[in-house]
Amino acid sequence: MSGSYDRALTVFSPDGHLFQVEYAMEAVRKGTCAVGVRGKDVVVLGVERKTALKLQEPRTVRKINMLDEHVYMAFAGLTADARVLINKARIECQSHRLTVEDPVSIEYITRYIAGVQQKYTQSGGRRPFGVSSLLVGFDIDRTPKLYQTDPSGIYYAWKANAIGRNAKIVREFLEKNHQDDMNKDESVKLTVKALLEVVQTGAKNIEVVVMTADQGAKYLAQEDIAGIVGDIEKEKEIEAEKKKKKPLTRSS
Amino acid sequence: MECLLGLVGKDFAITVTDTSVIRSITVLKHNENKSRELNPHTLLAFCGEPGDTINFAEFIQKNIKLYGIRNNVELSPHAAANFTRRELAQALRSRSSYQTNMLVAGYDAQKGPSLFWIDYLAALVEVPFAAHGYCAYYCLSIMDRYYRKDMDLEEAKDVIRKCIDELQHRFIINLPRFVIQVVDKDGIREIQL
Repeated sequence: MSGSYDRALTVFSPDGHLFQVEYAMEAVRKGTCAVGVRGKDVVVLGVERKTALKLQEPRTVRKINMLDEHVYMAFAGLTADARVLINKARIECQSHRLTVEDPVSIEYITRYIAGVQQKYTQSGGRRPFGVSSLLVGFDIDRTPKLYQTDPSGIYYAWKANAIGRNAKIVREFLEKNHQDDMNKDESVKLTVKALLEVVQTGAKNIEVVVMTADQGAKYLAQEDIAGIVGDIEKEKEIEAEKKKKKPLTRSS
Repeated sequence: MECLLGLVGKDFAITVTDTSVIRSITVLKHNENKSRELNPHTLLAFCGEPGDTINFAEFIQKNIKLYGIRNNVELSPHAAANFTRRELAQALRSRSSYQTNMLVAGYDAQKGPSLFWIDYLAALVEVPFAAHGYCAYYCLSIMDRYYRKDMDLEEAKDVIRKCIDELQHRFIINLPRFVIQVVDKDGIREIQL
């Protein structure tokens, strides 16, 4: 009777693909870019933010969300889907505190989110979440962590990574420029620099959260981001000038 | 047998909780914390059946924290107290009720300090001063006599000192230690008498 209605949307194609999951990954690739960087005692999340319309209340648009005091999450993909995921994760964070009196570890909450995402690829009458997420935070032993989840339900740990639009370019940039044991300023700078690779409009379309074990998380003020962007641009100019001068000195 | 007091001053609310866990004729513990921070400006103090109280208080605490995270704005003391009452009332009409008496002390940036009295039957009243259990027999009359609106912290401490003196004089149970907590515009802190 209801047999054909509540069958899983995600059915194997003859060559072994789950098309719905792959389409969800495509939705992620179309979403705004998010970058996470892990330093020595610091983790940084940066996202590309769409410009708010003239009459829009910009405070209502959030791309970096708090799951618990020590865990923050950024996502790429469908915002509406992400909200559902964030809500589930927040409940789990408090529920975990209630049952074992400890805050969640970053891996635990990542695994939980990935678990939810996986469930939606294998049960009836549902579609996968069109969301990839980056989770940052500190475990109880004060080590910084950075994790990623995918629509398929896979999760990974990273030193630095990017998701969303142009993620590949940004990831290659990070691979070239990431160092272990970066301090706070270096990590923030690398995050912003990585985002600037793909964000044309500069500081006003970037949102950054910095987390340290001692001070918790802080959203960077718009002026601070503009300052960092200014520094980076200056550096780039100097670099460019050096490059111009070099062949001159050689020829003379 | 436990002691749970509270009063509202000029720009603060105070709660007093004893620290003893008593079962039958035995004192099991002298340093029990009988309060939970609901959010930076709301404190829940409780007494009653030992298992029930902590279970219920932490359940409320986590839910109010979740509300703060979800909505990016904290619940006011008034809202927190009403939420607590409703959860208690719903539990009361189920198989698993909680025998928990509570005081919710809070500070609201707009409305100032407040104190809510909630008993295990889920009755809720906003009051200037309050007491739960046997110590109400001694302390309510003292607070009735000496309480004034707009008391400052020192005057409030004086009234509490009188209450505790009376308890240690007349009450059959020995309550050696009390925790006194103040909620004001700066948040929650413990003070000494």
